[in-house]
Amino acid sequence: MMQELSMNILDVAENAVRAGASLIEITITEQSGADRLSVTIRDNGCGMTPEQLKNVTDPFFTTRTTRRVGLGVPFFKMAAELTGGSFEIDSAPGQGTAVRADFIASSVDLMPLGDINETVAALIHANPHIDFVYTRRFEDSEMQLDTRDFRRILDGIALNDPQVSGFIREFLAENTSALLSARGTDSTI
Amino acid sequence: MKSLAELQALRDEMKTKIGVRKDGGHRMRVVVGMATCGIAAGARPVFAAFIKEIETRKLTDVVVAQTGCIGICQFEPVVEIYGEGGEKTTYVYVTPEKVPRIVAQHVVNGTPVVEYTIGANAK
Repeated sequence: MMQELSMNILDVAENAVRAGASLIEITITEQSGADRLSVTIRDNGCGMTPEQLKNVTDPFFTTRTTRRVGLGVPFFKMAAELTGGSFEIDSAPGQGTAVRADFIASSVDLMPLGDINETVAALIHANPHIDFVYTRRFEDSEMQLDTRDFRRILDGIALNDPQVSGFIREFLAENTSALLSARGTDSTI
Repeated sequence: MKSLAELQALRDEMKTKIGVRKDGGHRMRVVVGMATCGIAAGARPVFAAFIKEIETRKLTDVVVAQTGCIGICQFEPVVEIYGEGGEKTTYVYVTPEKVPRIVAQHVVNGTPVVEYTIGANAK
């Protein structure tokens, strides 16, 4: 069991990394009016066969050969369903995978989102050759970090160069606090 | 607030300096296990702590990377440090608090912190 949703998100995004994706999109949407928090993780990796897709939420199914349990996706599904929300996953060989979890925001069983910026920064630092599009929507506003824009501007400087890494962390922190304070309210999670 | 225009300025500043890091040629590799087991045990703050410590000390010849499950989940968070000659030290139950000492003693000065290694913790 993870302590934060952002750790679940990191774990599921790692599946996308191992699926050989060149683009991974992570979107978080919070809408208090709809009492929903939604998380989608979409990749253009190798995708799954119908057989794999059928079994992916089974903890005793894994494609790994080092051991016989795979808990990443089942944990994420459980976290959503505990709140009364829902979970879906779409995938096809060669077409990538999309995971979507909807959480009921007011549920007492909603895990804290946690340090999502540290998740995004860690993914970018550890996988400088993969592009990430991270979008966070809060009520009517949104912020985005698209490493394709960063890469174009950096013109050959690596995304995990220490100075760039530091810039990315500050970019995430500053844009997140601007987003969350846009309506004069703090995020409830 | 940080913007793409500021990133452009940072790039221009970096490009004027000699010795911007090129890929390859690292003296040391710090590898953090980031599979489900590692993440659940707290690998992400450990990964972030290594990145920050290495940035602070400007250790441009050290790379921080990740790996999947290496099969010793009961010891997570696990960090492996590879030296130039390929020799490996495995640290177990790593926390962000242990990171500055590992960096100072092992990464900078070349002496592993024995009490944090798997050898000192495996029963």
